[in-house]
Amino acid sequence: MRPIATTRSASGTPTGRLAVWWVIASEIVIFGGLLASYIMFRLSHPEWAEYASHTNTWIGAFNTFVLLTSSLSAVLAHQAAEAGNGKKAAKLLYWTMLGGITFAVVKGFEWNMEISHGFTISSNGFWSFYYTAAGLHALHVIAGVVIMGIVAQTAKQNLELHRVELIGIYWHFVDLVWIFLFPLLYIAK
Amino acid sequence: MSEHAHPNYFKIWAWLLVLLSISVAGPMLEIPVVTLITAFGIAIVKAYLVARNFMHLNVEKKYVVYLLTTMVVFMLLFFAGAAPDVMNQEGDQWYKPKVEAEAAATPHH
Repeated sequence: MRPIATTRSASGTPTGRLAVWWVIASEIVIFGGLLASYIMFRLSHPEWAEYASHTNTWIGAFNTFVLLTSSLSAVLAHQAAEAGNGKKAAKLLYWTMLGGITFAVVKGFEWNMEISHGFTISSNGFWSFYYTAAGLHALHVIAGVVIMGIVAQTAKQNLELHRVELIGIYWHFVDLVWIFLFPLLYIAK
Repeated sequence: MSEHAHPNYFKIWAWLLVLLSISVAGPMLEIPVVTLITAFGIAIVKAYLVARNFMHLNVEKKYVVYLLTTMVVFMLLFFAGAAPDVMNQEGDQWYKPKVEAEAAATPHH
């Protein structure tokens, strides 16, 4: 079988993990640019406080709780994988996926409620940012759930266990972005 | 895969939930500076806890920390470069109907 490169000698970091860190580095400027733009507009438009008052803090807080808890199961999955227990790691990844699915379903209901109240992506600048930032984040959640399903399938057979840590790092980043989106969109009113 | 000692993840998660509760309760006091601290100050602490303990940046190679910090600095540079213009309320051929309507409604001295 053709050997696969697993470690980059220049950085001394395993190849897969190095790739994930670079993905996250690019994500920082994507989400960072979006959030920085939001802050600029929010600071120069005091009336956005009134628009933001229509977002539901409790729904946002519940989804924050869900993501923080899913991050816990993701890191426990990494711990199990490190101990060589693929079955346990897969089970914990399934719990993490459930967290991601719950988050997306709650978001769906929330958006449905907001749109039915007339708050759409074209209502004003605030709602444009709201749907763009939360939508881009939700896409990352959905992508994470799909990838996690694939990783869990192989982990269950005790194969490619290093991937459990890699999808975990990505998932924690998705959690981290939400940690900043929550106060920006739901608390600062 | 990186082999390292694992902290008590349940304890960190519990702290994150305590911080979440504070950030939700903060605005109830209706003091703007408290809301600012409980919302964004706590977000930074929560992000630090997740990055350090869940993403294991405390045991990751320094190279990765420098890489991520560089990206955050780029973001700050973007803000510093763009904000003075974006946040400016006046300019050549500036068309802002809402602002102009408000200005027209304001009595002149």
